[in-house]
Amino acid sequence: MRAEILKTYKLFINGQFPRSESGRYFQIPNPKTKKPLANVSQASRKDLRDAVQAARKALPGWSSKTAYNRGQILYRMAEVLESRKPEFIDEISKMTGNPKKAEKEVLTAIDRLVWYAGWSDKYQQILGTVNPVALPYFNFTLPEPQGVVGILVADELSLIPLVSKLAPAMVAGNTLVMIASEKFPLSAITFAEVIATSDVPAGVVNILTGFKNELIPHLAKHMDVNAVNYTGTDQALVKLLQEEGSANVKRIIAHPEPKGEAWLDNQKAQSPYWINSFVEMKTTWHPIGV
Amino acid sequence: MQISTSSTVDQVGIEERAAALSKRSIKKQTKIEGIKLAISMIDLTTLEGKDSPGKVQALCQKAIHPLEGNSSVPSVAAVCVYPNMVSVAKKALKGTNVKVASVATGFPSGLTPLPIKIEETKRVVEMGADEVDMVIDRGAFLAGEYQKVSDEIAQVKEACGKSHLKVILETGELETYDNVRKASFLAMQAGADFIKTSTGKAAVNATLPVTLVMLEAIRDYWYQTGKMVGMKPAGGIRTSKQALQYLVVVKETLGDRWLSNDWFRFGASTLTNDLLMQLTKEATGRYQSLDYFTID
Repeated sequence: MRAEILKTYKLFINGQFPRSESGRYFQIPNPKTKKPLANVSQASRKDLRDAVQAARKALPGWSSKTAYNRGQILYRMAEVLESRKPEFIDEISKMTGNPKKAEKEVLTAIDRLVWYAGWSDKYQQILGTVNPVALPYFNFTLPEPQGVVGILVADELSLIPLVSKLAPAMVAGNTLVMIASEKFPLSAITFAEVIATSDVPAGVVNILTGFKNELIPHLAKHMDVNAVNYTGTDQALVKLLQEEGSANVKRIIAHPEPKGEAWLDNQKAQSPYWINSFVEMKTTWHPIGV
Repeated sequence: MQISTSSTVDQVGIEERAAALSKRSIKKQTKIEGIKLAISMIDLTTLEGKDSPGKVQALCQKAIHPLEGNSSVPSVAAVCVYPNMVSVAKKALKGTNVKVASVATGFPSGLTPLPIKIEETKRVVEMGADEVDMVIDRGAFLAGEYQKVSDEIAQVKEACGKSHLKVILETGELETYDNVRKASFLAMQAGADFIKTSTGKAAVNATLPVTLVMLEAIRDYWYQTGKMVGMKPAGGIRTSKQALQYLVVVKETLGDRWLSNDWFRFGASTLTNDLLMQLTKEATGRYQSLDYFTID
């Protein structure tokens, strides 16, 4: 009889897995027995600061990679996730108590990564435009990354809301600070292990676990965060994001949908227009011969 | 020539002490005061081959008003430039308290003939440098030619006239703490007003332990002679946290009387923006972005 070695769920900042600088952690319960299932790091505002710093540092490198290379890296994440399927299904089942749905969720997540990997060199073509102008200019509009993007992961299901936001944000060339689901944080951190082993440069994705009420105000106020992406219907939260975000004219994107099972529906939870939520449009007037 | 340093350096002890002193937590009002003090101690530096009068003028504006629109932030202590930029800086800083410092004596290697070093020093003083940052000849020092190094410092000091002389030891090239202590005493005995860690051009620049060794040398020299000598760590100090650690080490080694820009300076450029960002963070509660601070 050997003692089981339990995993320490830590944060994911700058390609590394530190504990919270505050030393704090919280417990999530087993839904059946109500006993503690695991200890999870409770990130502080200083962890958030470190994550934003890492994301800022990673931005020039990630956003200037070729679209093709970003696609390759997303595909690599799908490969690594595929090879760790059983582990994810097991872990999600433990959190939700529903193995069947867990499997569907993991398979959808893998396919969704591949799907967005394919969009890496195509979204520019459908989101970008050539604009007719009545002057001797070639006028065109191209999507560019927003920059450092904060993503508030929905508290529904576990892995799929995270992957469904991460993939379009990454493929568009942004660097990410994600605040994982408060209810289901385990698979977020295990997914960070996938990121860490898939040629994703350090700092491109940072994942914090902890209490949203504590972290969101600091994210919203942070002058070095260019956009915050939220899925849900909490109007007070949206108001807070918009008010605090106004100091540096943050792009605040709030989508009421999808909800619940809809995250698993490809018609409702994946679209090139999701990439559109993670880009800024730049229009160029280029003089041409008269 | 023998240099009397009264004792040698305990390497482990120095590093432990520096590490212990850097663990102090400095928050809120104390942090704000510390940051403002650190800003007032900066020698805002640009020492690049591509320096231009335009860049030096911009730097001088930043030196006078580090944070545009906020008069509670003090000016920095000085602007430190190459000799050819001294007159530009002098003109831009006219009527302010900000001093002009110039590097000289074949900076950064110090491998030019002595008459040229002296001539260079005289010229930068004529052009208006209030302070001269000279480099020692490390090759000569490491070869044990202490007399030569000492004579050079003494002659450059004479050429400085009323301008202050800072002697750069380039500690990154001196190999041991004992050498750093020796070089510190040598410079102080030869007439240095300040001793300075490094040029910023070597692989290793200012570190906390090296600074502590030099501060202790200053303290021991002060006990022996009653003469106060200033200290300037330079290169590699980029964050507010580091700057506050240096201030703690100064306070604990030399006491309050060294905590002014008459006796302590930071040779830095990027440090300034980090200090300003931290200051703004304390005032607004928002973590700051470099996007909103001037590039220098």
